[in-house]
Amino acid sequence: MRSASAKNVKSESERAISAATMARPAYVIDFERPLIALESKIAELKQLSGGAAADFGDEILKLEKKAKKLQAEIFSDLSRWQIVQLARHPNRPYFLDYLGLLFTDFFEIEGDRRFAADHALVSGFALFDGEPVVVMGQQKGRSTKDNMYRNFGMMRPEGYRKARRLFDLAERFRRPVIIFIDTPGAYPGIGAEERGQAEAIAVNLEVMSSLSVPTISVVIGEGASGGALGIGVTSRILMLQYSWYNVISPESCSSILYRDATKAQKSAEALKLTAKDLKSFGITDEIVPEAAGGAHRDPAETAANVQAAVRRHLAELKQLSPEQIVKDRYLKYRAMGIFTAGE
Amino acid sequence: MAWFSKTKKLKASQSANGKSSPQPAAKGEALWQKCDGCGEVAYVQDWERHWNVCPLCGHHDRLPVRRRLELVLDPDSFEELDAELVPQDPLGFVDAKKYKDRLKSTAKNTGMKDAFISGGGRIDGRPVSIGSFAFEFMGGSMGSVVGEKVARVFDRAYERRLPAIVFSSTGGARMQEGIFSLMQMAKTSAALNRFRSVKKPYVSVMLHPTTGGVAASFAWLGDVVIAEPKALIGFAGPRVIEQTLREKLPPGFQRSEFLLEHGMIDAIVKRPEMRQRLSQLLTLLA
Repeated sequence: MRSASAKNVKSESERAISAATMARPAYVIDFERPLIALESKIAELKQLSGGAAADFGDEILKLEKKAKKLQAEIFSDLSRWQIVQLARHPNRPYFLDYLGLLFTDFFEIEGDRRFAADHALVSGFALFDGEPVVVMGQQKGRSTKDNMYRNFGMMRPEGYRKARRLFDLAERFRRPVIIFIDTPGAYPGIGAEERGQAEAIAVNLEVMSSLSVPTISVVIGEGASGGALGIGVTSRILMLQYSWYNVISPESCSSILYRDATKAQKSAEALKLTAKDLKSFGITDEIVPEAAGGAHRDPAETAANVQAAVRRHLAELKQLSPEQIVKDRYLKYRAMGIFTAGE
Repeated sequence: MAWFSKTKKLKASQSANGKSSPQPAAKGEALWQKCDGCGEVAYVQDWERHWNVCPLCGHHDRLPVRRRLELVLDPDSFEELDAELVPQDPLGFVDAKKYKDRLKSTAKNTGMKDAFISGGGRIDGRPVSIGSFAFEFMGGSMGSVVGEKVARVFDRAYERRLPAIVFSSTGGARMQEGIFSLMQMAKTSAALNRFRSVKKPYVSVMLHPTTGGVAASFAWLGDVVIAEPKALIGFAGPRVIEQTLREKLPPGFQRSEFLLEHGMIDAIVKRPEMRQRLSQLLTLLA
């Protein structure tokens, strides 16, 4: 039986997806513009053909071919900054979209048992491929009101402590943990500092490093700094093709380096923060391909790719003994870093 | 010969870029030092005898990393380890200056290869695995070398079943090493977790300032977390919070006393008492 909260989430995610697909032209990144223009022209012609006044079949076919080629051209050579823009696309599928598409029987766990509910992190138990798992993800809002509720996907200490409870439960009930990362950072607020933001993140890093169940994180949009890593010390790290993950956001980096947040473009290049970069550094285990033109152009196809990748890694990890899972994860993180030993 | 010595104070918010690496104070040149706390002037020798604590008002000025180890360890007991680790430039990072050049010039100015000194030592005869940040090296920022050295402090404590002590003074992760810096938070926390099984204490001492990725990893994971008076400690730096909230922060926000009041740290220990208090903890826990 589906719980009430699962229904809510489902309908919310369905709304989100329809918003993502239907309202697509409402937000267009500069470099998407020529493509969108061509596509609306095709749509126009199709409408005219429908009227049977004229047959534009050949023309449409030609334009569709052109659009496909144009898309391939634009997306074959994206700058790092353009990838950051895609990762932040407001129509991009968010965690609740993946939750609705890939999980069933979601039972949300909201309590941190300390201070408050943190709606920037949605977490609970669910079935993935029919098997019980712990699932959680950072959630951004679609509207201003929604964003206030979700705090723009920026967790407070309460969110990290809620996650910690779920890690403990996952360990006790031997459930794999699947984590979706999408945050511009941990919330920098007075209350968050008073209640130990740094401590809450620190505890999670250690707890996650010691879990004896499989843990998989998927960066679906933005993975900014400790705010992301605070739920990200996992056996496997997957990244969507147009997501980013780094120690600092390009804006914060440029405001420190140049005292000018507008030079973020330059910082994005310097930081080497894309999925491709992190794969080449050996940090990311796998790049999950997105739908042509980015996840927002086809959330369902992108989610199916995520499902296939998570399924495969989960199957691999389930072959391992609990001791081996702890050991492998320890060795993975213990080996991270580039330095030399010499005079 | 200068009559006054005033080592330029660094703001925590400036630390991550390492632009303002302090020049080592020209020792033996100045006779007087002006205090940042009370503005009074005292003999340099008096300052040094008091471990850079103002002899008049008790203000804790910055203490260079070697002096820090002298302060807490038995004389001649320190054996430095992992000194051979040298930072690389995995991203080919360039801002106003190449990261490689910045490392080179900072190494030349400080005589260190990176922002952390560690090894073995004794406190009242008890062996400890110990390390301390050097804020004077690029704002004590943590890249791969610092992360590795911190992890090895815990590795050695684990292998030799020793208590571990780490002094932090840092603006956080070093952005010039990008994702590698971020992952040092995971690495150090994982190494610390392995060490827990030997049931020896880990004492974390937070100095001014301890923020960002270091505060949000091993520094806040001490079995006991101690701070020096008035140290700035937190996740986000005050400038970031002010920019986000667009309001001035309350006085004393994120200082040791504020954190103690909020139950976020265990004790504030003045510098001249640090050695005795650490020794006491070792007696009680080790």
